[in-house]
Amino acid sequence: MNILKQLKAQYKKILLDYILNQNESNLYIGQNLIKQLIQKNVTPEDVIGIHKQAIEEIYEDLPESISHAYDFLIELMVHFGLKVKEHQFLLLKQEEMRIEMDIAAKIQNLLLETTIPTPELLDIGMVSIPKRKMNGDYVHFLHDDENYLGVAVTDVVGKGVPAALCMSMVKYGLDTLGYANSNPSYVLEVLNKIIEKSVDDSMFVSLFYGRYNLNNDIFTWASAGHEPALYYRAKENIFYDLESKGLLLGILPEFKYIQHDVKLEKDDFLVLMTDGVTDFRKLEEFDSRGYIKQLAVSYSRLSAQQMCEEIYKDLERLQDFNLDDDFTIVIIKK
Amino acid sequence: MNVNVQFREEGDLLLGFIEGEIDTFTAPTLRDELNSICISEGLFIELDLLNVSFMDSTGLGVFVAFYKKVMRENANLKLVNLSGRLTRLFEITGLSELMDIETIKKGD
Repeated sequence: MNILKQLKAQYKKILLDYILNQNESNLYIGQNLIKQLIQKNVTPEDVIGIHKQAIEEIYEDLPESISHAYDFLIELMVHFGLKVKEHQFLLLKQEEMRIEMDIAAKIQNLLLETTIPTPELLDIGMVSIPKRKMNGDYVHFLHDDENYLGVAVTDVVGKGVPAALCMSMVKYGLDTLGYANSNPSYVLEVLNKIIEKSVDDSMFVSLFYGRYNLNNDIFTWASAGHEPALYYRAKENIFYDLESKGLLLGILPEFKYIQHDVKLEKDDFLVLMTDGVTDFRKLEEFDSRGYIKQLAVSYSRLSAQQMCEEIYKDLERLQDFNLDDDFTIVIIKK
Repeated sequence: MNVNVQFREEGDLLLGFIEGEIDTFTAPTLRDELNSICISEGLFIELDLLNVSFMDSTGLGVFVAFYKKVMRENANLKLVNLSGRLTRLFEITGLSELMDIETIKKGD
């Protein structure tokens, strides 16, 4: 109490000095006093209260209305202080969340890192760009002893953290299956059961699974509600849609998936992608698959990786560098 | 953008008219609206998507969850007036084989 009295007296003196002589040195003394007030946990509205009292003492005939004006200012400053605190708290929370998201994204990148295999007879390229920090798309390769190459391209419905968690489950499902020679229909049936059991009703995964037999160039594929892959037959200069009406994973536990075969020949290639590649929100009537076919043919002399990168650049430009969704494309060239 | 649903009851039939864009941001609103429906056994629910100008896979998730709920209650669900784009979304995902959907009739 005594300290506060002392500070009040000091304030009054400094204020009076400044009223009489508005120089830098008087102002500086005032600024130093503020430092002391902060150390004593005096709030800005308290300072106004001290100021009001000092003024009332200095000018004894001060009109009552001026005192009311000070009271008004004090009330406002109390509110102001609360709002500033709230705002700072939210900023802090936001920063904490950002840091957590960064860590989660880093972990996800580590867990879901895709290594592109390099079998002797195939050229494989891939581009996968998340819309936000966490990628809802995932590509998984399996490659064993130059006999088989397995590839899964998947997209989890929803975005951000829930999608990333669901994706980890898909990855471990695929890891557990382990063998590149597994039948695509079997892979989908197993994953479907895992996902159906573990996620809620509005969560599901689309997945395209292909198995490339490196001995006879037969590509066997099955799809669970995924964007159809493209198969380019160089000899005919024609694209085929690798369509299949398999249901999304995670909806019906006993769903049977059907697999199909194609045989690749020299210069043929496959384009596997997620709907982030073909779905343009702003270009409703646009034939995106047709456009992707054109691009793929025009870049077909490049390596598979360069093809993916060029197609990505073109589609990004087409959408003003603001893609709506996670974007993943895989190209496998014979 | 927003999404909004208007309901109309006609005896055993409950009609829902959905309007707007269904994406990550509006999907929760749609889900809440659909969850507010009191589903009784044998009820026919028909959702009209004529005025849905955009829908992504999150929207699909809302319909799938609602479909499962309706099936559990032994009621019926039909989605009508789907645009070509929406129909393709249901076809690619295999959902058109599972759910009762009807594409918009040409000339309407």
